[in-house]
Amino acid sequence: MHVRELELDLDAFEGPFDLLLTLVLREELQPRDVDVADVVIAFVERLAERDALDLDACGEFLVLVGALLELKARELFPDEEVELGDLDPEEAAEELARRLEEFRRMKEAAGWLSERLEHEQDRFFRLGPAPLAPRAERRIAPQQPEALVLAMRTLATEPPEVSLAHMGLRFPPVAQFVERFRSLLRRRRRFDFEQEVAGLPRVEQAVAFLALLELRKSGEIQIEQAAPFAPIRIARAEEGTTQPAEEGDSSWNARSA
Amino acid sequence: MERPLRLITTSPLDDLARTLEALLVVASQPLSVEELADAAEDDSARVEEALELLAGRYEEGRSGIVLEHVAGGYAFRASRDAATACSRLFERPVERGLSQAALETLAVIAYLGPCSRPDVARIRGVAADSVVAGLVERGLIAESGRDEGGAIRYRVTPLFERVFGLESLSELPRLDDLGGNAEEIRGRLEAIAERRPA
Repeated sequence: MHVRELELDLDAFEGPFDLLLTLVLREELQPRDVDVADVVIAFVERLAERDALDLDACGEFLVLVGALLELKARELFPDEEVELGDLDPEEAAEELARRLEEFRRMKEAAGWLSERLEHEQDRFFRLGPAPLAPRAERRIAPQQPEALVLAMRTLATEPPEVSLAHMGLRFPPVAQFVERFRSLLRRRRRFDFEQEVAGLPRVEQAVAFLALLELRKSGEIQIEQAAPFAPIRIARAEEGTTQPAEEGDSSWNARSA
Repeated sequence: MERPLRLITTSPLDDLARTLEALLVVASQPLSVEELADAAEDDSARVEEALELLAGRYEEGRSGIVLEHVAGGYAFRASRDAATACSRLFERPVERGLSQAALETLAVIAYLGPCSRPDVARIRGVAADSVVAGLVERGLIAESGRDEGGAIRYRVTPLFERVFGLESLSELPRLDDLGGNAEEIRGRLEAIAERRPA
């Protein structure tokens, strides 16, 4: 039985054992992908098919599978910077001594810590989560609550009542102007409207004009105007040419107009 | 000029010292000079002076409370006289039952940290996974980034310094002073090598 010709049927590889080793050595196959246990099972099965134990084959297989395991192990731990096996005995002893020394130091450090702990056994202190306040991004200037109250109080004051006095127009009664114009016409035959109302507020001028219309309606006066916007001239009506006024019209006033 | 008559003159640092006292009694971990200065709104030099004043007042043997400089800051602890009484009432979960393996791992991380579990395993020769997990749980070590290979690195925490009563890691004995019998190991190895047939 030739171990090298052992046919394998693995997940990662199918073929003879020596081809597998060749591929691994040439780094065409990653050792980590090779399930060594499957290789061993394949060999043991082949071995069981025979009556006699083939010691040569077993020995050869052990060597080969051992090599494969070593390759796999090296590949799985690539960080190990110094391979003790690659060193000559003197270097290996040196490296071993260095590691032992390092470990010995740490062991002593551990001993020191242990002693320290023993010595600190009677130091009791508060332990627990320490929820420190989050650092304020910026400090706010000190505030006076009284100032805030004052500001609020100012805002909360009722504003003074708004006067509506100017909204109501006060009209003098039309009758007042009617009387005024009548007495004027008793003294003079005619007069000029603009002259008579000059200096009066606009509202009173309007009421005075209404009084004119009233007097015209009752036939007491005659009104002349040469052209639009020309002065309005008022004259006492001639006897007999006027029409009598109708009853009840004297209740006319600016508001009803 | 009229001045209020003062019969007792107080040190100008007394107010500050009182404030620091208050901060320290509330804190559950050591407070650094900077933290104290920030909180008290005073300058570091004055805070250090006031701490000295307090250290005198709260020294071992004078009071049930002792002010100690530990883990890079200042903290109150119980006086050693009161330890027995304290131990009847209080548990010490952080340091209780630390195994030899845990102490060795702590030593490696304290001296060589930040370092990864493989680093610890390389020095101690055995896997460090569960020991490291236990130390993290106790709060004595904490994660501190990753190495080039992506393995998590660990460092010791301020709690480690506090539990072991260290002002800082520089209080650990120098690594060179440890393992003094390195020569002896070397000699023994050489003797073994010589005895082996060439």
